[in-house]
Amino acid sequence: MKDFDIGTLVAVLRELLGPWLWVSLGVAAVAAVAFLYVVVRDRGVVPSRLVWSEVVAIGGGVAAVLITQRVTHSGFSDLGGPIDWVLLAALFIAGAIGTLIAAYAAFGLMCGGSRRRTVHAATPRADGYAPLARQASPRL
Amino acid sequence: MDTSSLRLGRRALLASGGALAAVGASLPARARVGTRARIVILGAGAAGLAAAARLSQRLEGAEITLVDSRREHLYQPGFTLVAAGLRRPDYVVGRTADYIPPGVRWIEERAAVIDPDARRVTTASGQLVHYDFLIVATGLELDYAAIEGMDVSRIGRDGLGSVYAGPEAAAATWRAMSEFADRGGVALFGRPSTEMKCAGAPIKYAFLTDDTLRRRGNRGRAELVYNSHNRVLFSVPIVSEKVRMLFRDRAIRVNHEHELAAIDLGAKIATYRTPTGLVPMKYDFINVVPPMRAPEVVRRSPLAWQSGPFAADGWVEVDRATLRHRRYREVFALGDVAGVPKGKTAASVKWQVPVAVDHLVADIAGTTSAEAYNGYTSCPLITRVGRAMLVEFDYDDNLVPSFPGVIAPLEELWVTWMMKEVGLKPTYLAMLRGLA
Repeated sequence: MKDFDIGTLVAVLRELLGPWLWVSLGVAAVAAVAFLYVVVRDRGVVPSRLVWSEVVAIGGGVAAVLITQRVTHSGFSDLGGPIDWVLLAALFIAGAIGTLIAAYAAFGLMCGGSRRRTVHAATPRADGYAPLARQASPRL
Repeated sequence: MDTSSLRLGRRALLASGGALAAVGASLPARARVGTRARIVILGAGAAGLAAAARLSQRLEGAEITLVDSRREHLYQPGFTLVAAGLRRPDYVVGRTADYIPPGVRWIEERAAVIDPDARRVTTASGQLVHYDFLIVATGLELDYAAIEGMDVSRIGRDGLGSVYAGPEAAAATWRAMSEFADRGGVALFGRPSTEMKCAGAPIKYAFLTDDTLRRRGNRGRAELVYNSHNRVLFSVPIVSEKVRMLFRDRAIRVNHEHELAAIDLGAKIATYRTPTGLVPMKYDFINVVPPMRAPEVVRRSPLAWQSGPFAADGWVEVDRATLRHRRYREVFALGDVAGVPKGKTAASVKWQVPVAVDHLVADIAGTTSAEAYNGYTSCPLITRVGRAMLVEFDYDDNLVPSFPGVIAPLEELWVTWMMKEVGLKPTYLAMLRGLA
């Protein structure tokens, strides 16, 4: 592709998505900011919440693949070479990561500020015994 | 495309500082050239609009005029998708006005006479338009009349298809092909011996018909025949060989040196011109690809080739590397009408326009340009719904893949199909705006 740069990419995406490009970027930005807010608020990542978000993310990855195939009138039987599998994996990963961030942020916001405790070093007791770190189980 | 959405997009782009910074950083810093030059562009198709956009970006104060009577802009690479039943006809129809850059004057008439000695164009209403530079981008003419018995109004009925004739004809072709896929019988495909736009399209349609038959479980009830006008299937030898193997694999029979001369639409008999005489063939479905030639206004002008292989059909006599006319230095030709080999696709336009514009601007600036067009063109050669080969090549029949080592040019791939169905149209529209 001659002269293909970020400007070309933005121009093509604008033609492809129209106003939805900015809606999509806005949603992604909101999700990212919400994710960062929840992580900072909780002073770390809540493992059980992350696990549930990963479960949802698998669905997001699958949805990204299936929606792409539906839009392009194609299916798994059309995968013809290694680059097709790479693209399929990329679609799944992109969908999964996006969903993971959004789901984690949504769960974190739904749980409110009650989930303050997270993975951190436990404070040693006077007798020198350090108990296992306790972590909250999120209500999902 | 909805212009309001475009304006919204532009505002939003301006509002998004990060994106703007990224875009700004990527664009080459190039000062605009001040001029009062009068530039006339004949034709508001892909080449004409892209040239107008690029010139607007490069020049300050130029008087740029587009001459074309067509209010509808057709996205021709999408015709195949319409004829495959995957898109509605409106998918390929836009408004010319939406793609005319600000400051460019549009005369909504067709050009009637080109007088390069007097440097002027006469429109159909008699209006005289003088120019300092002329870009001929009129596209080409489908010469259905050269096929005896052909009637464009009957496309879609009695097994008659013709993908090229327009959006509605493409949709009608799908209906005819779909009915054939339900019944079976004999289907004929082929191409004319003239230069033609997207030479891969007739091959694609043979593959798509085969695929439709297979999906409906009727492939065994049909015989598909591809009638090639010469001794190969594609102008690039290695691609021709690949298509030959795919046709053998799909049981599509090939006849060489068969060119459609006449058609009996009632009796469903197509007659082919061959080295041994006329050969009639009965069909149940046929995809007619008409001979193609330069529009009359160009054919009758002094701009056409005077001799050689491009003379017969009136293509504009330009240098193949610069797209500049070989006898009139202030004239350029772009797109289908340019008399160069392998130059009749939207991909060709994308590569031709920056070259010609750079030479024109250099003339105005009093400098020279080293830009050269190497004949690059590309064809997402659909081999079935869901798969295609990304065939890219140049004047010398070299394969010139855009993604070497990643996307194999002669491999049937899903990623190439994705490019065709999702990526091609937005790239094309960005090209019209001079942004791709």
